[in-house]
Amino acid sequence: MSGPKDGFDAAEPLPPRPGHSSNGRLERVLRSGRFAVTAELNPPDSADPRDVYERAMVLSEVCDAINATDASGANVHMSSIGISALLARAGYAAVMQVSCRDRNRIAIQGDVLGAAAMGVSNVLCLTGDGVQVGDQPDAKPVFDLDSISLLETLRQMRDQRKFLSGRVITAPPNIFLGAAANPFVPPLDFRPLRLAKKVAAGAQFIQTNYCFDIPVFERFMAKVRELGAHEHCFILAGVGPLASARAARWMRSNVPGIHIPDTTIARLEGAQDQKREGRNVCTELIQQIREIEGVAGVHVMAYRQEELVASIVEDSGVLRDRRLKAQAGIARRRGDRRGPALPDRADKTKTDED
Amino acid sequence: MRAVRHWSVRHARGLMRVYRLVEGALFFVRPIARRIRGRALERPVAIVERGVKGLLFDCIMCGQCALSHTGMSCPMNCPKSLRNGPCGGVRPDGNCEVEPDMRCVWVEAWAGAQAMTDPEAILAVQRPVDHSAIGSSSWLRVAEEGSSGTLWVHERAEVDADSP
Repeated sequence: MSGPKDGFDAAEPLPPRPGHSSNGRLERVLRSGRFAVTAELNPPDSADPRDVYERAMVLSEVCDAINATDASGANVHMSSIGISALLARAGYAAVMQVSCRDRNRIAIQGDVLGAAAMGVSNVLCLTGDGVQVGDQPDAKPVFDLDSISLLETLRQMRDQRKFLSGRVITAPPNIFLGAAANPFVPPLDFRPLRLAKKVAAGAQFIQTNYCFDIPVFERFMAKVRELGAHEHCFILAGVGPLASARAARWMRSNVPGIHIPDTTIARLEGAQDQKREGRNVCTELIQQIREIEGVAGVHVMAYRQEELVASIVEDSGVLRDRRLKAQAGIARRRGDRRGPALPDRADKTKTDED
Repeated sequence: MRAVRHWSVRHARGLMRVYRLVEGALFFVRPIARRIRGRALERPVAIVERGVKGLLFDCIMCGQCALSHTGMSCPMNCPKSLRNGPCGGVRPDGNCEVEPDMRCVWVEAWAGAQAMTDPEAILAVQRPVDHSAIGSSSWLRVAEEGSSGTLWVHERAEVDADSP
């Protein structure tokens, strides 16, 4: 290892900023207090990296990090570590999802070291769907760890530089740790406490399941605020466009943990263009979620509809204030006293869109 | 025997009292427990334990009983063997994602925990299962280590516990 005395070593990893766990963009955006946007990349069934980059390109315009799913729904796709490494190599911020369903503690700990070495800064710790819902229901379910013991394990690796066994790690993985929450399934009154338990186990950000039912989500968040958990983690609410009423019904009965109220499905059914209405519902949900105290961002999951994500996020307006602030900052630094007049600009953008 | 298992959760409070009595009694046989553990004499103890807990909780003898922290609902009956709470796939009726006819063991555990004298116990983080201990006697383990022996122990207090 060469220090500053020996000159510059391009291979030496940068240490995270003071108070930060990672070098990642997601952590920087969240800690700066800006409303964050993450999006899920639908993993390809191929070994062609272009399939990943094509999908990442349309998402990256509007998001701070891209989630690489780990065989979600127990279906085989390109691995989350592979996708995350490809994304990191191209300069995108990846959230590597790790599910406990397919790998034991030996494999997971090694994968996290490998991913961190390849530049992955964010890891989302998940339990994983059961194998029975996927395309290989005859597979052996592993579940050696669960999401919470996984969080504890990774935090120990990072902060105490030790594997679960106690063996020493010479260079720890600088990762920002995340976990999932589903506020919409029983036991409902346990859910906020479970989120707090995950935070206590090391979760620094939370991405929730699809959020279609605002009243239930508001009750959940009220309890989270009562527990004070929102002050110790960044909560990103999950959203996504529904392609049609039929697709919504199918998801509700076939994908574990999806809660879609009947009123949402009725609204889609009553629309002339159901796909467009699904997109509108999503935009409105983002606007409503943004107003809830304790929410730090949204996580957009557009299953096989990535091309919609950019327009949904743009229309919701959540990035507009961020951009205007950035422009004002640049103008200030340049000494431009006039700067962009914020309210005018906001009005202009609005009319442009109408 | 899911009916008996559910009965046990409904009577979690009473069973917890029994558990505390047994735990207290086990403390006094600690020197004996220490000598039997891992030896041939553990077998008969484990056979009795399997009979009693198998009937009451559908116990599979994981050897690291967490019942005192899980509302008397055994987490090893969860098809994902989750030891720290329910997954996000619980069905709207409170049944299991993997086995639609079975009540989620964590929905049961949550109900049982409300009846326990220490409802907060369910929030403690359980260590991952030690697969080398499967089949061994949890009673002897509790005699030696106490009922909190399965919990995650932090080496030191978190320095920056306030910041996310």
